[in-house]
Amino acid sequence: MTQPKVISRTSTQEEIASDYKWGFITDIEADTAPKGLNEDVVRMISAKKGEPEWMTAWRLKAYRYWISEDYKEPRWAKVSFPPIDYQDIHYYSAPKKKEKGPESLDEVDPELVAAFNKLGIPLAEQKALTGVAVDAVFDSVSVATTYQKQLEDLGIIFGPISEAIQKHPELVKKYLGSVVPYSDNFYATLNSAVFSDGTFAYVPPGVRCPVELMTYFRMNSEGTGQFERTLIIADKGSYVSYLEGCTAPMRKTHQLHAAVVELIALEDAEIKYSTLQNWYPGDKDGNGGVYNFVTKRGKAAGKNSKISWTQVETGSAITWKYPSVILQGDNSVGEFYSVALCNNHQQADTGTKMIHMGKNTRSTIIAKGISAGQGQNTYRGLVKIMPTATNARNFTRCDSLLIGSKCGAHTVPYIEVRNPTAHMEHEATTSKVSDDQLFYLMQRGIKEEDAQYMIINGFCKGVFAELPFEFAMEASQLLRVSLEGTVG
Amino acid sequence: MASTNHNRPIVDRPILDIRNLHVSVGDNEILRGMDLSVSLGEVHAIMGPNGSGKSTFTNVVAGRPGYTIARGDVIYEGESILGLFPDERARKGIFLAMQYPVELPGIRNREFLRTALEALREARGETKLSVREFNKMLEEKAKAMDFDPDLMKRNVNEGFSGGEKKRNEILQMSVLDPKLALLDETDSGLDIDALQVVAKGVNEFRGPDKAIILVTHYQRILNYIKPDYVHVLIDGRIVRSGGSGLAQELEAQGYEWLREPAEESAESVGATARPS
Repeated sequence: MTQPKVISRTSTQEEIASDYKWGFITDIEADTAPKGLNEDVVRMISAKKGEPEWMTAWRLKAYRYWISEDYKEPRWAKVSFPPIDYQDIHYYSAPKKKEKGPESLDEVDPELVAAFNKLGIPLAEQKALTGVAVDAVFDSVSVATTYQKQLEDLGIIFGPISEAIQKHPELVKKYLGSVVPYSDNFYATLNSAVFSDGTFAYVPPGVRCPVELMTYFRMNSEGTGQFERTLIIADKGSYVSYLEGCTAPMRKTHQLHAAVVELIALEDAEIKYSTLQNWYPGDKDGNGGVYNFVTKRGKAAGKNSKISWTQVETGSAITWKYPSVILQGDNSVGEFYSVALCNNHQQADTGTKMIHMGKNTRSTIIAKGISAGQGQNTYRGLVKIMPTATNARNFTRCDSLLIGSKCGAHTVPYIEVRNPTAHMEHEATTSKVSDDQLFYLMQRGIKEEDAQYMIINGFCKGVFAELPFEFAMEASQLLRVSLEGTVG
Repeated sequence: MASTNHNRPIVDRPILDIRNLHVSVGDNEILRGMDLSVSLGEVHAIMGPNGSGKSTFTNVVAGRPGYTIARGDVIYEGESILGLFPDERARKGIFLAMQYPVELPGIRNREFLRTALEALREARGETKLSVREFNKMLEEKAKAMDFDPDLMKRNVNEGFSGGEKKRNEILQMSVLDPKLALLDETDSGLDIDALQVVAKGVNEFRGPDKAIILVTHYQRILNYIKPDYVHVLIDGRIVRSGGSGLAQELEAQGYEWLREPAEESAESVGATARPS
């Protein structure tokens, strides 16, 4: 293989990029599968990764399930989009690299590093000081993982899932598909067949991961689907906080993103999972943008375990996503904190499922929806108390904020209680930014746009407070950029 | 009246000049030709019964949307401000202590005040205060007003008592340091202790480079803040102006005797105060 050939045209792209500041395209020679999906493509992806046979077999099982006649995309969500031509998508795209994989940052394509730097992504060594270890996924392949050595000393495994399949097959075999089975839903099945990379993390018993683990996902190649697979296991008594950020360049066509995330928390373990999703939302008229059809689920498997999801969803043309928790262990805890923003023609149908199985299990749901422009924002959530879940408790709060008069906010809660000892609380509010609040802030000298933003930021505060500090600042910035031009 | 005007600056150009102001809300004309002139160094009290247009007046000066200005003008520092947004007026030095301060969920009092002060200081061409400088200044001002420091950490006005909200308004005035302060019924609903604290804050703020307009229904607060002028606003017009003695008269006799056209009533009751 030759050195990657790089032609920089990012500046031109930026000029076109207008509002979406992450909209540049990185020109890196990519190793791309032909469009379309069949068994050969599945085998090719598996072969590219040098996967063991059991992995190939699992993928094929998923693929065969996916093509079965009655298997369709879920259509119950309050989102609308034209049919997706699944044969018009590249299922694999990797930046071409030197013969050997990069062993340190110095070996990573400088153009890639530049792209990540541009994103403000802490790939560089100095970020260590701020305590973030990063696994960067560019299109579908992990390009570099920082601080692996420090983590290794603690017995923490953190890196590309493709590597984990090679090095830790026993863990992957045991847990992959254990929370989201390959037959779970149309997109999860597709992901199981074609996922090309993603993140794997394992924290051994009793270890408290001293840094935030982070993956930054970026979609680059045109007409490419992104199908990452994330698997995080917190062994007994361990703790880990994991962050993921996502951006994609501006494309005229829609891009499909169908990821699967599985979390497993064993006895007394805790996983905190935070997402900043800023995939390209499409332009003001609804052209282009990412279809973000994602399955995320955690199993609080052990006694006293805890899984907490925090998400800030500002991007994507359509978001279809329900980070959920199966509360299996007694006294286990599930949390879901969400801010979802829909501007222009964005649509979001997002929420959570809290499935209570163990005794004294507790769940909290705080969902904040912001609708602007012609955005349609739906909270959809299920709280299910199984007969075995004695003394289960849930608190749900859904707040919607409307900006302008053409947008919509919808709340669809499902509550199923099969144990009479359950305590359920549900609160929901819908509000507009009030003229009195705006006037009050402006009377003190604050410009209208800043005043609007302060009110909106205040609305989201309860969720932002759950994010790690740096991420919270970024979330707040993202919100502002995403709303630019709508307020004021 | 001249005796109470010792604070009057030498250059006697009014900071605020209300000229024949007619204001409606919907089809309802609230102000019907109001005139008022206020100079730096002066404290004016505007008194009047409910519905006379007192709050409309303060809101129009501050630029609250929802009012139609049919005729007349609001001149501030020699220029009409009717075309300016509320924040632009605020940055020119106009402050309104609201009658009903709103709650701002998720916005902490301290951050709110700091953001506002930064906006104002920038407009005045002043340098940014460091967080430490700001906190120190805020702490001193809050202490002087017996303001519970915990309230600075809470969201603006959220869960504040009525008295705490009003005190918060006066604290904001003190921190933001405007040139013209309009106090819209800041005294209403306050017990005597809170009233004294508020009055103390206003008296400390008072000075040769400040103008204060106190809008009130009751004479009570004027026992603590002695105005240079008292005006009576009835049915959208100032029907009588005088010195602080006018307030006592109103306290004793109510507003009814002023409801007739001003010339007649002046003769019939032999008013002690003449329009200034």
